[in-house]
Amino acid sequence: MEEKDFFSKSADSKYAKRIGKFTRVKESAIKFFFAVNGAMALIFIILIFIFLFKEGFKALEHIGLLDFLFFDRADASGIHQKVFEWYPTSEEARYSLVPLLLGTLLTAIPATIISTLLGVGTGIYLSEVANPKLKEFLKPAIELFAGIPTVVLGFIMLAVGASFFNDLLNPTNRLNAFVASIGLSFVIIPIIASLTEDALHSIPNDLRMASYGLGATKWQTVSRVILPAAFSGVSASIILGFGRAIGETMIVLMCAGNAANITADIFLSVRTMTATIAAEMGEVSQGSDHYYALFFIGIVLFTITFFLNLAAEIIISKMRKKNTF
Amino acid sequence: MELKKRKQDIAGTISLSVVRLMFFFLVVVLILLLSKIFIEGVSVLSLNFLIDEPRNNMTEGGIGPAIFGTIAVTLLMVLFTVPLGVFSAIYLNEYAKDTFFTRIIRTSINNLAGVPSIVFGLFGLGFFILFIGKNLDNILETGLLFGQPALLWASATLAVLVLPIVIVSTLEALNSVPKSHRDASYGLGATKWQTIKNVVLPQARPGILTGTILAISRGAGETAPILFLGAAFFLPNLPVADLCIGDYCITIVNPTEQFMYLAYHIFIMATQSSNPTQTLPLQYGSTLVLIVLTFLLNITAIVFRYRFRKILGRL
Repeated sequence: MEEKDFFSKSADSKYAKRIGKFTRVKESAIKFFFAVNGAMALIFIILIFIFLFKEGFKALEHIGLLDFLFFDRADASGIHQKVFEWYPTSEEARYSLVPLLLGTLLTAIPATIISTLLGVGTGIYLSEVANPKLKEFLKPAIELFAGIPTVVLGFIMLAVGASFFNDLLNPTNRLNAFVASIGLSFVIIPIIASLTEDALHSIPNDLRMASYGLGATKWQTVSRVILPAAFSGVSASIILGFGRAIGETMIVLMCAGNAANITADIFLSVRTMTATIAAEMGEVSQGSDHYYALFFIGIVLFTITFFLNLAAEIIISKMRKKNTF
Repeated sequence: MELKKRKQDIAGTISLSVVRLMFFFLVVVLILLLSKIFIEGVSVLSLNFLIDEPRNNMTEGGIGPAIFGTIAVTLLMVLFTVPLGVFSAIYLNEYAKDTFFTRIIRTSINNLAGVPSIVFGLFGLGFFILFIGKNLDNILETGLLFGQPALLWASATLAVLVLPIVIVSTLEALNSVPKSHRDASYGLGATKWQTIKNVVLPQARPGILTGTILAISRGAGETAPILFLGAAFFLPNLPVADLCIGDYCITIVNPTEQFMYLAYHIFIMATQSSNPTQTLPLQYGSTLVLIVLTFLLNITAIVFRYRFRKILGRL
C-alpha cells in the first residue's frame, strides 16, 4: 500500500510535464479505462441488487408482504385460520416463506455446528499441532477439498450417505435435514478450517513464548491464550461458513427431501429457500405471481448472506488492524 | 499442587489428542468417499464413455456432449472474465489510492464471492436474458434469438461468479512484483502504462494463469447458476454452427443454443432420470470425471502458485 504512494499524483504530474501531450492524453485515457474496469465488482453487486429487486418487488404488488408470512384461510363457518404453507401452484396459492426459512435454518444450523467443531479443530491442528513439513502438504490438501464441486458432494450423500444414515439412525424420511447438513458440512469445514488457521497463525509467537515461559502446557497455551486472542477471526470464519450454508443449493436440493414441512425435527424432509428457487424456476411461467415470488426469495437470500458476509469482513478487517504490532 | 498439575497435563494431552483425532477422522471419511467414487466410477470409464453421447433414454452411452458443453461454456467464460478481472486488479493495485471508494470496491469483491450461486442464476435470468438479451433482440430484430436461455448467457453469468477469483489472484501477483522494478522502468523514462505493460504484467503472468485455472475449475463445478440458463437434459446435437465466409466454412460453438453440462448431467441423472438406480454406474463415472477434472486443475494451480512464490521469494 505505502509503496504506491511514491508515484501518487504529485510525482506523476511533475514528470508528466516532460512528456508529450499525446502521451499524456493516452495515459489518462488508459487510466480511465482501468478505473471503469476496476469498479466492475461493485457494478455487478449493484446490478444484482437492482435486477433482483426489480423482479422481486413486483411480488409485493401482486402478493403482499403479509402473504409471505401466512395465508389467511376462512372456512365455511367464517372462522379465520393462519396457514403457514408454501403451495404456489395450488388454485388457492399460498406463499408463506416460514417453512422455507425453517428448512434453511434446520439444514444450515446443524451444518454450522458440526463444521465449527471439526473446522476449528482442524484449524488448531494445522496451526498449533501439525509439524511444519506436514502442514506444507496439508494446506493445499484442504484447498483441494474445498474445490470439490457441490454437486459431487450432493451426489455422494444421495448415493452413499443417505443409505448409511438410514440404516444407522432409522430416520422418518430417508432424505432429511440431517443428511443435507452432513453434506453441507463438507463445504463449510474447509472454509472454517483455513480461516481459523489464518487467524491462529496471525497471533504473534511472543504470546506463545510468554505463555510457555509462565509454565503453561501446550493445551493451556492454545485454549487460554491463542484461541481467545484469535476469537474474532475464528468467529468471522464461523459467520462466513453459516452464510455459505444458507446459500448452498445443490446439496440441499438433492439430499433434503424437498417437502415444505413446518418442523423442528431434523430427521424429516425439509425444503430450503435455495432449493425452492432451483426446483421451481425452471417450470414457472415468466411474469406469474409464482415467478415474482421466487425472485422475492432471492432477495431474502441475497440480503441475509450480504449482511453475514459484511459482518465477517468487518470483523476480519478490525482483526488485521489490531494484529499489526 | 503436584496432583493438580498432573491432572492438567492429562486433560491437555486428551484435548490435543481429540484435536488430532478430529483431523484424522475427517481425512479418513474423505478418503473413503473419494475411493468409493473412484472404485465405482473407474469400472465404466473408457475412451468411449468420454466421447459417446447418451443413448437409449440416457441409460447407456457416455458423456461426450456434456464434456463438450462444459469446455465450451468455461472457455467462453474465461474470455469474459479474465480481461475484466485483470483490468480490475490493475486499477486497484497500480492506479487506485487507498480511498473510501477503493475500499468499497475491495469489500464488494469479497461480497461478490459470497453471493449464493443460485442468486447468480436469478441475476443471469433477470439481467442477461430478460434485459440484455430481449433488448438485443429488439434492436437487432432477430426475433427470439438472444432473449432465451443459451450458452452465451450461462458463460456470462459464470464469468461474474468467478470474477472475484481472477481479481484476487491477479492482485496478489501484481502486489508481489517488487517496487524496484517499477522504479527502474520509470527511471528509464517509461510512462506508467509502458511500465505496467512491459515490466509488471509479464512478471504477473503466472499469477494471472493461476487465477484463470482456479476460475475454470470453479465454473466447471457450478450447477445451481446454470439450472435455468440453458443447461439441457439431453440434446441430440452439439451446440455448434457453421460459420461461412464465402465458400470457406468452419464449425464453431453456437453461443445462442442450449448445451449439456457435466455437473448438471450428474444432477439430473441422480435425481430426475426415469431410473436412477439403473444408471448408478454412469453417475459414478460422470462424477469421477468431474472430480478428476477439478482436482487436476486445482493441483496445477497450486503447483503453479507454489513455484511462482518461490521465484518471487528469490528476488
